[in-house]
Amino acid sequence: MTATTETLLAPHAQRHARDLPEAVPQRPVAARLRGVEKSFGPHAVLRGIDLDIPSGQFVAIVGRSGCGKSTLLRLLAGLDTPTAGHIGIGDDDGAPGEQVRLMFQKPRLLPWARVRRNVEVGLATPNGATVRRRGSHDARAREAQAHEALARVDLAGRADDWPAVLSGGQKQRVALARALVGRPRLLALDEPLGALDALTRIGMQELIEEVWRVQRFTAVLVTHDVAEAVTLADRVLVLEDGRITADIAVELPRPRRVGDADAAQIEGRILDHLLARRSLGDEA
Amino acid sequence: MSARVGSRLHAALPRGMPFVVPVLVLLGWQVGSNRGWIDPDVLPAPVAVAHAGWMSLRSGELLRNVEISTWRAAVGFAIGGGIGFALGLLNGLSGLAERMTDSTLQMVRNIPHLALIPLVILWFGIGEAAKIFLVALGVFFPIYVNTLHGVRSVDPHLIEMGRAYGMTRRALIRRVVLPGALPSIFVGLRYGLGITWLTLIVAETIAASSGIGYMAMNAREFMLVDVVVFAILIYAALGKLADSAVRVLERVCLAWNPTYRQQ
Repeated sequence: MTATTETLLAPHAQRHARDLPEAVPQRPVAARLRGVEKSFGPHAVLRGIDLDIPSGQFVAIVGRSGCGKSTLLRLLAGLDTPTAGHIGIGDDDGAPGEQVRLMFQKPRLLPWARVRRNVEVGLATPNGATVRRRGSHDARAREAQAHEALARVDLAGRADDWPAVLSGGQKQRVALARALVGRPRLLALDEPLGALDALTRIGMQELIEEVWRVQRFTAVLVTHDVAEAVTLADRVLVLEDGRITADIAVELPRPRRVGDADAAQIEGRILDHLLARRSLGDEA
Repeated sequence: MSARVGSRLHAALPRGMPFVVPVLVLLGWQVGSNRGWIDPDVLPAPVAVAHAGWMSLRSGELLRNVEISTWRAAVGFAIGGGIGFALGLLNGLSGLAERMTDSTLQMVRNIPHLALIPLVILWFGIGEAAKIFLVALGVFFPIYVNTLHGVRSVDPHLIEMGRAYGMTRRALIRRVVLPGALPSIFVGLRYGLGITWLTLIVAETIAASSGIGYMAMNAREFMLVDVVVFAILIYAALGKLADSAVRVLERVCLAWNPTYRQQ
Protein backbone atom coordinates (compact mmCIF):
# COMPACT_ATOMS: atom_id res chain seq x y z
CA MET A 1 0.00 0.00 0.00
CA THR A 2 1.33 3.44 -0.80
CA ALA A 3 1.39 6.33 1.60
CA THR A 4 -1.44 8.01 -0.27
CA THR A 5 -3.94 5.18 -0.02
CA GLU A 6 -2.95 4.78 3.57
CA THR A 7 -3.86 8.35 4.32
CA LEU A 8 -7.14 7.91 2.48
CA LEU A 9 -7.84 4.99 4.77
CA ALA A 10 -7.24 6.99 7.91
CA PRO A 11 -10.87 8.19 8.28
CA HIS A 12 -11.92 4.53 8.13
CA ALA A 13 -9.56 3.85 10.96
CA GLN A 14 -11.38 6.40 13.03
CA ARG A 15 -14.76 4.97 12.21
CA HIS A 16 -13.55 1.50 13.06
CA ALA A 17 -12.20 2.65 16.37
CA ARG A 18 -15.56 4.16 17.25
CA ASP A 19 -17.58 1.16 16.08
CA LEU A 20 -15.62 -1.33 18.16
CA PRO A 21 -17.05 -2.32 21.53
CA GLU A 22 -15.23 -0.66 24.38
CA ALA A 23 -14.08 -3.85 26.00
CA VAL A 24 -13.24 -3.55 29.71
CA PRO A 25 -12.47 0.16 30.02
CA GLN A 26 -9.14 0.57 31.78
CA ARG A 27 -8.74 3.19 34.44
CA PRO A 28 -5.96 5.63 33.50
CA VAL A 29 -3.27 6.35 36.08
CA ALA A 30 -1.55 9.49 37.29
CA ALA A 31 2.23 9.93 37.34
CA ARG A 32 4.20 11.84 39.94
CA LEU A 33 7.82 12.93 39.54
CA ARG A 34 9.77 14.49 42.41
CA GLY A 35 13.27 15.90 42.01
CA VAL A 36 14.08 13.49 39.20
CA GLU A 37 17.66 13.70 37.94
CA LYS A 38 19.49 11.57 35.43
CA SER A 39 23.17 11.66 34.56
CA PHE A 40 25.19 9.54 32.19
CA GLY A 41 28.66 9.69 33.69
CA PRO A 42 29.58 13.34 34.26
CA HIS A 43 26.90 14.48 31.80
CA ALA A 44 23.69 15.59 33.50
CA VAL A 45 20.68 15.10 31.21
CA LEU A 46 17.84 15.81 33.62
CA ARG A 47 18.40 18.35 36.40
CA GLY A 48 15.51 18.12 38.80
CA ILE A 49 12.09 17.45 37.28
CA ASP A 50 9.00 17.99 39.43
CA LEU A 51 5.88 17.03 37.56
CA ASP A 52 2.36 15.83 38.24
CA ILE A 53 0.43 14.26 35.41
CA PRO A 54 -3.24 13.74 36.37
CA SER A 55 -4.77 10.47 35.24
CA GLY A 56 -6.22 10.53 31.74
CA GLN A 57 -4.37 13.67 30.68
CA PHE A 58 -2.66 13.89 27.28
CA VAL A 59 0.70 15.56 27.89
CA ALA A 60 3.17 16.50 25.19
CA ILE A 61 6.82 17.18 25.91
CA VAL A 62 8.63 19.32 23.35
CA GLY A 63 12.18 20.52 23.15
CA ARG A 64 15.29 20.48 20.99
CA SER A 65 17.18 17.29 20.44
CA GLY A 66 19.38 16.49 23.37
CA CYS A 67 17.21 18.34 25.88
CA GLY A 68 16.49 15.11 27.73
CA LYS A 69 12.91 14.51 26.64
CA SER A 70 13.48 10.94 25.50
CA THR A 71 15.41 10.21 28.70
CA LEU A 72 12.49 11.50 30.72
CA LEU A 73 10.14 9.20 28.84
CA ARG A 74 12.39 6.18 29.33
CA LEU A 75 12.43 6.84 33.06
CA LEU A 76 8.66 7.11 33.05
CA ALA A 77 8.40 3.79 31.21
CA GLY A 78 10.79 2.11 33.61
CA LEU A 79 13.46 1.38 30.99
CA ASP A 80 15.99 3.36 33.02
CA THR A 81 16.21 4.31 36.67
CA PRO A 82 16.73 7.93 37.77
CA THR A 83 20.06 8.94 39.30
CA ALA A 84 18.16 10.84 41.97
CA GLY A 85 14.54 11.58 42.80
CA HIS A 86 11.39 9.49 42.68
CA ILE A 87 8.91 8.45 40.01
CA GLY A 88 5.58 7.06 41.12
CA ILE A 89 2.77 5.71 38.97
CA GLY A 90 -0.84 5.46 40.12
CA ASP A 91 -2.46 5.69 43.55
CA ASP A 92 0.14 3.50 45.23
CA ASP A 93 2.93 5.65 43.76
CA GLY A 94 4.64 2.45 42.54
CA ALA A 95 7.01 1.41 39.77
CA PRO A 96 5.89 1.57 36.10
CA GLY A 97 5.64 -2.19 35.38
CA GLU A 98 2.94 -3.67 33.16
CA GLN A 99 0.58 -0.70 33.43
CA VAL A 100 2.92 1.52 31.39
CA ARG A 101 3.66 0.85 27.73
CA LEU A 102 6.21 2.60 25.54
CA MET A 103 5.86 3.21 21.84
CA PHE A 104 9.21 3.79 20.18
CA GLN A 105 10.23 6.10 17.37
CA LYS A 106 10.88 3.09 15.12
CA PRO A 107 8.26 0.33 14.99
CA ARG A 108 10.70 -2.30 16.39
CA LEU A 109 8.58 -5.20 15.16
CA LEU A 110 10.04 -8.69 15.26
CA PRO A 111 10.66 -9.35 11.56
CA TRP A 112 10.37 -13.12 12.06
CA ALA A 113 6.91 -12.95 13.60
CA ARG A 114 3.66 -12.40 11.68
CA VAL A 115 1.82 -9.16 12.38
CA ARG A 116 -0.60 -10.88 14.77
CA ARG A 117 2.20 -12.49 16.78
CA ASN A 118 3.92 -9.11 16.99
CA VAL A 119 0.79 -7.60 18.49
CA GLU A 120 0.57 -10.50 20.95
CA VAL A 121 3.97 -9.45 22.31
CA GLY A 122 2.07 -6.63 24.02
CA LEU A 123 -0.11 -9.04 25.98
CA ALA A 124 1.09 -9.72 29.49
CA THR A 125 1.75 -13.37 30.27
CA PRO A 126 2.10 -14.88 33.72
CA ASN A 127 5.74 -15.83 33.21
CA GLY A 128 6.61 -13.73 30.20
CA ALA A 129 6.73 -16.77 27.95
CA THR A 130 4.53 -17.34 24.94
CA VAL A 131 1.51 -19.56 24.92
CA ARG A 132 2.70 -22.76 23.34
CA ARG A 133 -0.51 -24.73 22.97
CA ARG A 134 -2.02 -23.57 19.71
CA GLY A 135 -5.80 -23.58 19.71
CA SER A 136 -6.03 -23.66 23.50
CA HIS A 137 -8.57 -21.42 25.15
CA ASP A 138 -5.86 -19.01 26.28
CA ALA A 139 -4.23 -18.86 22.85
CA ARG A 140 -7.57 -18.16 21.18
CA ALA A 141 -8.32 -15.39 23.66
CA ARG A 142 -4.97 -13.79 22.89
CA GLU A 143 -5.59 -14.09 19.19
CA ALA A 144 -8.96 -12.40 19.57
CA GLN A 145 -7.41 -9.55 21.55
CA ALA A 146 -4.70 -9.10 18.92
CA HIS A 147 -7.31 -9.03 16.16
CA GLU A 148 -9.32 -6.42 18.02
CA ALA A 149 -6.23 -4.24 18.48
CA LEU A 150 -5.38 -4.61 14.79
CA ALA A 151 -8.93 -3.67 13.83
CA ARG A 152 -8.59 -0.54 15.96
CA VAL A 153 -5.65 0.59 13.84
CA ASP A 154 -7.44 -0.56 10.67
CA LEU A 155 -5.07 -3.43 9.88
CA ALA A 156 -7.42 -6.33 10.58
CA GLY A 157 -6.72 -7.84 7.17
CA ARG A 158 -2.94 -7.88 7.60
CA ALA A 159 -2.75 -10.16 10.66
CA ASP A 160 -0.97 -12.96 8.81
CA ASP A 161 1.51 -10.80 6.88
CA TRP A 162 5.20 -10.51 7.60
CA PRO A 163 6.22 -7.04 8.83
CA ALA A 164 8.63 -6.73 5.88
CA VAL A 165 5.76 -6.29 3.40
CA LEU A 166 4.17 -3.39 5.30
CA SER A 167 4.80 0.30 4.64
CA GLY A 168 6.43 2.49 7.27
CA GLY A 169 3.08 3.90 8.41
CA GLN A 170 1.51 0.45 8.62
CA LYS A 171 4.39 -0.87 10.68
CA GLN A 172 4.00 1.99 13.12
CA ARG A 173 0.26 1.23 13.33
CA VAL A 174 1.13 -2.39 14.21
CA ALA A 175 3.45 -1.02 16.90
CA LEU A 176 0.55 1.09 18.18
CA ALA A 177 -1.68 -2.00 18.25
CA ARG A 178 1.04 -3.85 20.17
CA ALA A 179 1.20 -1.01 22.69
CA LEU A 180 -2.59 -0.84 23.05
CA VAL A 181 -3.43 -4.55 23.19
CA GLY A 182 -2.23 -4.90 26.78
CA ARG A 183 -4.61 -2.09 27.80
CA PRO A 184 -1.93 0.19 29.27
CA ARG A 185 -3.01 2.70 31.89
CA LEU A 186 -0.26 5.05 30.77
CA LEU A 187 1.08 5.14 27.24
CA ALA A 188 4.46 6.77 26.65
CA LEU A 189 5.08 7.77 23.02
CA ASP A 190 8.65 8.55 21.99
CA GLU A 191 8.36 10.56 18.76
CA PRO A 192 6.38 7.71 17.23
CA LEU A 193 5.54 9.73 14.13
CA GLY A 194 8.94 11.30 13.54
CA ALA A 195 9.92 8.95 10.74
CA LEU A 196 6.63 9.15 8.82
CA ASP A 197 5.81 11.37 5.85
CA ALA A 198 3.58 14.39 6.50
CA LEU A 199 0.30 12.92 5.23
CA THR A 200 0.70 9.58 6.99
CA ARG A 201 1.57 11.52 10.12
CA ILE A 202 -1.70 13.42 10.15
CA GLY A 203 -3.60 10.14 9.79
CA MET A 204 -1.63 8.65 12.68
CA GLN A 205 -2.25 11.72 14.86
CA GLU A 206 -5.99 11.34 14.36
CA LEU A 207 -5.70 7.63 15.12
CA ILE A 208 -3.78 8.21 18.35
CA GLU A 209 -6.24 10.84 19.53
CA GLU A 210 -9.11 8.50 18.72
CA VAL A 211 -7.75 5.49 20.61
CA TRP A 212 -6.84 7.74 23.52
CA ARG A 213 -10.48 8.91 23.71
CA VAL A 214 -11.91 5.41 23.34
CA GLN A 215 -9.49 3.42 25.44
CA ARG A 216 -8.87 5.95 28.24
CA PHE A 217 -5.22 6.01 29.23
CA THR A 218 -2.83 8.70 30.35
CA ALA A 219 -0.72 9.70 27.35
CA VAL A 220 2.76 11.22 27.43
CA LEU A 221 4.00 12.16 23.98
CA VAL A 222 7.54 13.28 23.28
CA THR A 223 7.87 15.18 20.02
CA HIS A 224 9.98 17.81 18.34
CA ASP A 225 6.96 18.92 16.31
CA VAL A 226 5.25 21.74 18.21
CA ALA A 227 2.20 21.67 15.88
CA GLU A 228 1.75 17.98 16.64
CA ALA A 229 1.97 18.63 20.36
CA VAL A 230 -0.68 21.36 20.20
CA THR A 231 -2.97 19.24 18.02
CA LEU A 232 -2.92 16.26 20.36
CA ALA A 233 -2.21 17.37 23.90
CA ASP A 234 -4.17 18.88 26.80
CA ARG A 235 -0.94 20.31 28.07
CA VAL A 236 2.43 21.03 26.50
CA LEU A 237 5.64 20.98 28.53
CA VAL A 238 8.78 22.62 27.20
CA LEU A 239 11.97 20.90 28.27
CA GLU A 240 15.26 22.79 28.02
CA ASP A 241 18.64 21.72 29.37
CA GLY A 242 17.08 19.07 31.56
CA ARG A 243 14.47 21.36 33.14
CA ILE A 244 10.83 22.09 32.46
CA THR A 245 10.77 25.76 31.43
CA ALA A 246 7.16 26.13 30.33
CA ASP A 247 3.88 24.40 31.12
CA ILE A 248 1.15 25.46 28.70
CA ALA A 249 -2.46 24.30 28.87
CA VAL A 250 -4.15 23.70 25.50
CA GLU A 251 -7.86 24.16 26.08
CA LEU A 252 -9.20 23.67 22.56
CA PRO A 253 -12.23 21.55 21.64
CA ARG A 254 -11.59 18.11 20.13
CA PRO A 255 -11.24 16.75 17.55
CA ARG A 256 -8.84 19.49 16.47
CA ARG A 257 -8.09 20.34 12.91
CA VAL A 258 -4.54 20.85 11.74
CA GLY A 259 -4.07 24.53 10.86
CA ASP A 260 -6.71 25.80 13.28
CA ALA A 261 -6.14 29.50 14.13
CA ASP A 262 -6.28 29.14 17.95
CA ALA A 263 -3.93 26.19 17.77
CA ALA A 264 -1.60 28.17 15.55
CA GLN A 265 -1.53 30.96 18.13
CA ILE A 266 -0.56 28.58 20.95
CA GLU A 267 1.99 26.96 18.68
CA GLY A 268 3.47 30.40 17.97
CA ARG A 269 3.78 31.12 21.70
CA ILE A 270 5.64 27.86 22.32
CA LEU A 271 7.94 28.43 19.37
CA ASP A 272 8.64 32.00 20.53
CA HIS A 273 9.51 30.63 23.93
CA LEU A 274 11.89 28.05 22.46
CA LEU A 275 13.53 30.48 20.03
CA ALA A 276 13.72 33.47 22.41
CA ARG A 277 15.63 31.38 24.89
CA ARG A 278 18.08 30.43 22.21
CA SER A 279 18.80 34.01 21.07
CA LEU A 280 19.24 35.10 24.72
CA GLY A 281 21.63 32.25 25.18
CA ASP A 282 23.56 33.20 22.08
CA GLU A 283 24.03 36.77 23.25
CA ALA A 284 25.17 35.77 26.71
CA MET B 1 18.24 -14.31 -3.55
CA SER B 2 16.33 -11.13 -4.26
CA ALA B 3 16.65 -8.17 -6.58
CA ARG B 4 19.53 -9.61 -8.51
CA VAL B 5 20.74 -7.48 -11.35
CA GLY B 6 19.38 -8.85 -14.58
CA SER B 7 16.76 -10.94 -12.82
CA ARG B 8 14.47 -10.48 -15.78
CA LEU B 9 17.03 -12.06 -18.05
CA HIS B 10 17.48 -14.77 -15.46
CA ALA B 11 13.76 -15.55 -15.48
CA ALA B 12 13.65 -15.69 -19.26
CA LEU B 13 16.19 -18.53 -19.45
CA PRO B 14 14.89 -22.11 -19.49
CA ARG B 15 14.91 -24.00 -16.18
CA GLY B 16 17.48 -26.52 -17.35
CA MET B 17 20.09 -23.81 -17.83
CA PRO B 18 22.36 -24.80 -14.89
CA PHE B 19 22.77 -28.29 -16.38
CA VAL B 20 23.94 -27.22 -19.82
CA VAL B 21 27.62 -26.93 -18.91
CA PRO B 22 27.87 -30.23 -16.98
CA VAL B 23 26.13 -32.10 -19.82
CA LEU B 24 28.49 -30.58 -22.39
CA VAL B 25 31.52 -31.57 -20.28
CA LEU B 26 30.16 -35.10 -19.95
CA LEU B 27 29.58 -35.36 -23.70
CA GLY B 28 33.05 -34.08 -24.52
CA TRP B 29 34.53 -36.54 -22.03
CA GLN B 30 32.66 -39.50 -23.57
CA VAL B 31 33.60 -38.49 -27.11
CA GLY B 32 37.24 -38.01 -26.07
CA SER B 33 37.30 -41.47 -24.50
CA ASN B 34 35.67 -43.10 -27.53
CA ARG B 35 38.18 -41.51 -29.90
CA GLY B 36 41.05 -42.70 -27.69
CA TRP B 37 42.18 -39.16 -26.83
CA ILE B 38 41.85 -39.93 -23.10
CA ASP B 39 43.79 -42.93 -21.75
CA PRO B 40 41.27 -45.14 -19.83
CA ASP B 41 43.92 -45.77 -17.18
CA VAL B 42 44.04 -42.05 -16.50
CA LEU B 43 40.34 -41.28 -16.78
CA PRO B 44 37.81 -43.95 -17.80
CA ALA B 45 34.84 -43.02 -19.97
CA PRO B 46 31.64 -41.85 -18.27
CA VAL B 47 29.92 -45.03 -19.46
CA ALA B 48 32.60 -47.13 -17.73
CA VAL B 49 32.20 -45.10 -14.53
CA ALA B 50 28.43 -45.57 -14.68
CA HIS B 51 28.95 -49.27 -15.18
CA ALA B 52 31.28 -49.48 -12.17
CA GLY B 53 28.65 -47.65 -10.14
CA TRP B 54 25.95 -50.02 -11.28
CA MET B 55 28.06 -53.03 -10.36
CA SER B 56 28.81 -51.72 -6.86
CA LEU B 57 25.15 -50.89 -6.40
CA ARG B 58 24.13 -54.43 -7.36
CA SER B 59 26.67 -56.03 -5.05
CA GLY B 60 25.32 -53.91 -2.18
CA GLU B 61 28.80 -52.50 -1.60
CA LEU B 62 27.80 -48.96 -2.59
CA LEU B 63 24.81 -48.75 -0.30
CA ARG B 64 26.75 -50.17 2.64
CA ASN B 65 29.56 -47.66 2.18
CA VAL B 66 27.26 -44.69 1.60
CA GLU B 67 25.36 -45.67 4.70
CA ILE B 68 28.44 -45.83 6.92
CA SER B 69 29.83 -42.56 5.54
CA THR B 70 26.52 -40.77 5.99
CA TRP B 71 26.27 -42.11 9.53
CA ARG B 72 29.74 -40.81 10.37
CA ALA B 73 28.92 -37.44 8.83
CA ALA B 74 25.64 -37.16 10.72
CA VAL B 75 27.00 -38.18 14.12
CA GLY B 76 30.12 -36.04 13.84
CA PHE B 77 28.07 -33.09 12.61
CA ALA B 78 25.53 -33.46 15.41
CA ILE B 79 28.20 -33.61 18.12
CA GLY B 80 30.46 -30.85 16.77
CA GLY B 81 27.56 -28.66 15.66
CA GLY B 82 25.71 -29.15 18.92
CA ILE B 83 28.68 -28.16 21.06
CA GLY B 84 29.53 -25.26 18.72
CA PHE B 85 25.97 -23.96 18.84
CA ALA B 86 25.73 -24.26 22.62
CA LEU B 87 29.06 -22.51 23.20
CA GLY B 88 28.30 -19.84 20.61
CA LEU B 89 25.00 -19.11 22.31
CA LEU B 90 26.56 -19.09 25.77
CA ASN B 91 29.43 -16.81 24.77
CA GLY B 92 27.10 -14.57 22.80
CA LEU B 93 24.87 -14.06 25.82
CA SER B 94 27.42 -13.98 28.61
CA GLY B 95 30.39 -11.65 28.55
CA LEU B 96 32.01 -13.61 31.37
CA ALA B 97 31.84 -16.91 29.48
CA GLU B 98 33.22 -15.24 26.39
CA ARG B 99 36.16 -13.71 28.24
CA MET B 100 36.92 -17.10 29.75
CA THR B 101 36.74 -19.28 26.65
CA ASP B 102 36.77 -17.30 23.42
CA SER B 103 40.48 -16.56 23.07
CA THR B 104 41.34 -20.20 23.83
CA LEU B 105 38.87 -21.35 21.19
CA GLN B 106 40.24 -18.87 18.68
CA MET B 107 43.73 -20.26 19.27
CA VAL B 108 42.59 -23.86 18.70
CA ARG B 109 40.65 -22.71 15.66
CA ASN B 110 43.87 -21.75 13.92
CA ILE B 111 45.14 -25.33 13.96
CA PRO B 112 43.95 -27.09 10.79
CA HIS B 113 41.94 -29.98 12.23
CA LEU B 114 43.28 -32.38 9.62
CA ALA B 115 46.78 -31.78 11.02
CA LEU B 116 45.63 -33.74 14.05
CA ILE B 117 45.14 -36.96 12.07
CA PRO B 118 48.38 -38.63 13.28
CA LEU B 119 47.52 -37.77 16.87
CA VAL B 120 43.92 -38.88 16.44
CA ILE B 121 45.04 -42.23 15.04
CA LEU B 122 47.32 -42.67 18.03
CA TRP B 123 44.46 -41.85 20.38
CA PHE B 124 41.56 -43.66 18.75
CA GLY B 125 43.16 -46.09 16.29
CA ILE B 126 41.31 -46.28 13.01
CA GLY B 127 37.91 -47.02 14.54
CA GLU B 128 34.73 -44.98 14.22
CA ALA B 129 35.71 -42.65 17.07
CA ALA B 130 38.64 -41.22 15.11
CA LYS B 131 36.50 -40.23 12.12
CA ILE B 132 33.69 -38.86 14.23
CA PHE B 133 36.11 -36.88 16.37
CA LEU B 134 37.69 -35.28 13.32
CA VAL B 135 34.34 -34.40 11.76
CA ALA B 136 33.06 -32.98 15.03
CA LEU B 137 36.19 -30.88 15.46
CA GLY B 138 35.96 -29.56 11.91
CA VAL B 139 32.27 -28.70 12.19
CA PHE B 140 32.55 -27.14 15.63
CA PHE B 141 34.27 -23.92 14.60
CA PRO B 142 32.13 -22.63 11.74
CA ILE B 143 29.00 -23.28 13.81
CA TYR B 144 30.52 -21.71 16.92
CA VAL B 145 31.82 -18.61 15.18
CA ASN B 146 28.64 -17.97 13.22
CA THR B 147 26.32 -18.60 16.16
CA LEU B 148 28.36 -16.19 18.29
CA HIS B 149 28.31 -13.59 15.54
CA GLY B 150 24.58 -14.09 14.99
CA VAL B 151 23.72 -13.66 18.67
CA ARG B 152 25.96 -10.61 18.87
CA SER B 153 24.43 -8.90 15.87
CA VAL B 154 20.80 -9.14 17.01
CA ASP B 155 19.33 -5.63 16.89
CA PRO B 156 19.69 -4.22 20.43
CA HIS B 157 16.56 -2.14 19.84
CA LEU B 158 14.53 -5.33 19.53
CA ILE B 159 16.01 -6.67 22.76
CA GLU B 160 15.13 -3.41 24.48
CA MET B 161 11.63 -3.64 23.07
CA GLY B 162 11.31 -7.17 24.48
CA ARG B 163 12.44 -5.97 27.88
CA ALA B 164 10.06 -3.00 27.78
CA TYR B 165 7.22 -5.43 27.05
CA GLY B 166 8.11 -7.56 30.05
CA MET B 167 9.73 -10.56 28.36
CA THR B 168 11.70 -12.78 30.71
CA ARG B 169 15.28 -13.72 29.84
CA ARG B 170 14.15 -17.07 28.51
CA ALA B 171 11.39 -15.58 26.39
CA LEU B 172 13.84 -12.97 25.12
CA ILE B 173 16.30 -15.66 23.99
CA ARG B 174 13.63 -17.81 22.40
CA ARG B 175 11.62 -15.08 20.70
CA VAL B 176 14.22 -12.42 19.88
CA VAL B 177 17.82 -13.64 20.11
CA LEU B 178 17.56 -17.05 18.46
CA PRO B 179 15.38 -16.02 15.50
CA GLY B 180 17.60 -12.99 15.02
CA ALA B 181 20.74 -15.14 14.99
CA LEU B 182 19.24 -17.77 12.69
CA PRO B 183 20.41 -16.38 9.32
CA SER B 184 23.97 -16.34 10.61
CA ILE B 185 23.60 -19.81 12.15
CA PHE B 186 22.52 -21.12 8.76
CA VAL B 187 25.69 -19.75 7.21
CA GLY B 188 27.64 -21.76 9.78
CA LEU B 189 25.51 -24.80 9.07
CA ARG B 190 26.25 -24.78 5.35
CA TYR B 191 29.91 -24.07 5.89
CA GLY B 192 30.07 -26.86 8.47
CA LEU B 193 28.48 -29.31 6.07
CA GLY B 194 31.17 -28.62 3.49
CA ILE B 195 33.84 -29.28 6.12
CA THR B 196 32.07 -32.49 7.16
CA TRP B 197 32.47 -34.08 3.75
CA LEU B 198 35.98 -32.76 3.30
CA THR B 199 37.05 -34.23 6.64
CA LEU B 200 35.37 -37.52 5.90
CA ILE B 201 37.10 -37.90 2.54
CA VAL B 202 40.51 -37.38 4.12
CA ALA B 203 39.83 -39.51 7.18
CA GLU B 204 38.34 -42.38 5.23
CA THR B 205 41.14 -42.32 2.71
CA ILE B 206 43.87 -42.47 5.33
CA ALA B 207 42.47 -44.64 8.05
CA ALA B 208 39.34 -46.68 7.44
CA SER B 209 38.06 -50.12 6.59
CA SER B 210 34.70 -48.99 5.26
CA GLY B 211 33.03 -45.95 3.74
CA ILE B 212 33.23 -44.27 0.38
CA GLY B 213 36.78 -43.05 0.92
CA TYR B 214 37.84 -46.59 1.75
CA MET B 215 36.02 -47.81 -1.36
CA ALA B 216 38.07 -45.41 -3.49
CA MET B 217 41.40 -46.32 -1.85
CA ASN B 218 40.65 -50.01 -2.09
CA ALA B 219 39.87 -49.65 -5.81
CA ARG B 220 43.15 -47.79 -6.31
CA GLU B 221 45.05 -50.80 -4.99
CA PHE B 222 43.52 -52.86 -7.80
CA MET B 223 43.85 -50.07 -10.39
CA LEU B 224 40.07 -49.85 -10.75
CA VAL B 225 40.11 -46.23 -11.92
CA ASP B 226 36.42 -46.30 -12.83
CA VAL B 227 35.48 -47.12 -9.22
CA VAL B 228 37.78 -44.37 -7.92
CA VAL B 229 36.10 -41.79 -10.17
CA PHE B 230 32.69 -43.11 -9.20
CA ALA B 231 33.46 -42.77 -5.47
CA ILE B 232 34.55 -39.17 -6.01
CA LEU B 233 31.28 -38.45 -7.81
CA ILE B 234 29.33 -39.98 -4.90
CA TYR B 235 31.03 -37.55 -2.54
CA ALA B 236 30.03 -34.67 -4.79
CA ALA B 237 26.44 -35.90 -4.89
CA LEU B 238 26.19 -36.36 -1.11
CA GLY B 239 27.66 -32.94 -0.46
CA LYS B 240 25.29 -31.29 -2.89
CA LEU B 241 22.33 -33.19 -1.41
CA ALA B 242 23.14 -32.05 2.12
CA ASP B 243 23.58 -28.46 0.95
CA SER B 244 20.26 -28.52 -0.90
CA ALA B 245 18.54 -29.88 2.19
CA VAL B 246 19.86 -26.96 4.26
CA ARG B 247 18.77 -24.51 1.57
CA VAL B 248 15.23 -25.86 1.74
CA LEU B 249 15.33 -25.62 5.53
CA GLU B 250 16.64 -22.06 5.20
CA ARG B 251 13.76 -21.05 2.97
CA VAL B 252 11.24 -22.48 5.42
CA CYS B 253 12.81 -21.07 8.60
CA LEU B 254 13.69 -17.67 7.16
CA ALA B 255 10.49 -17.12 5.19
CA TRP B 256 10.10 -13.80 7.02
CA ASN B 257 13.30 -12.51 5.49
CA PRO B 258 12.75 -11.04 2.02
CA THR B 259 16.21 -12.29 1.02
CA TYR B 260 15.11 -15.90 1.32
CA ARG B 261 11.51 -15.64 0.23
CA GLN B 262 10.49 -17.71 -2.74
CA GLN B 263 9.39 -15.77 -5.78
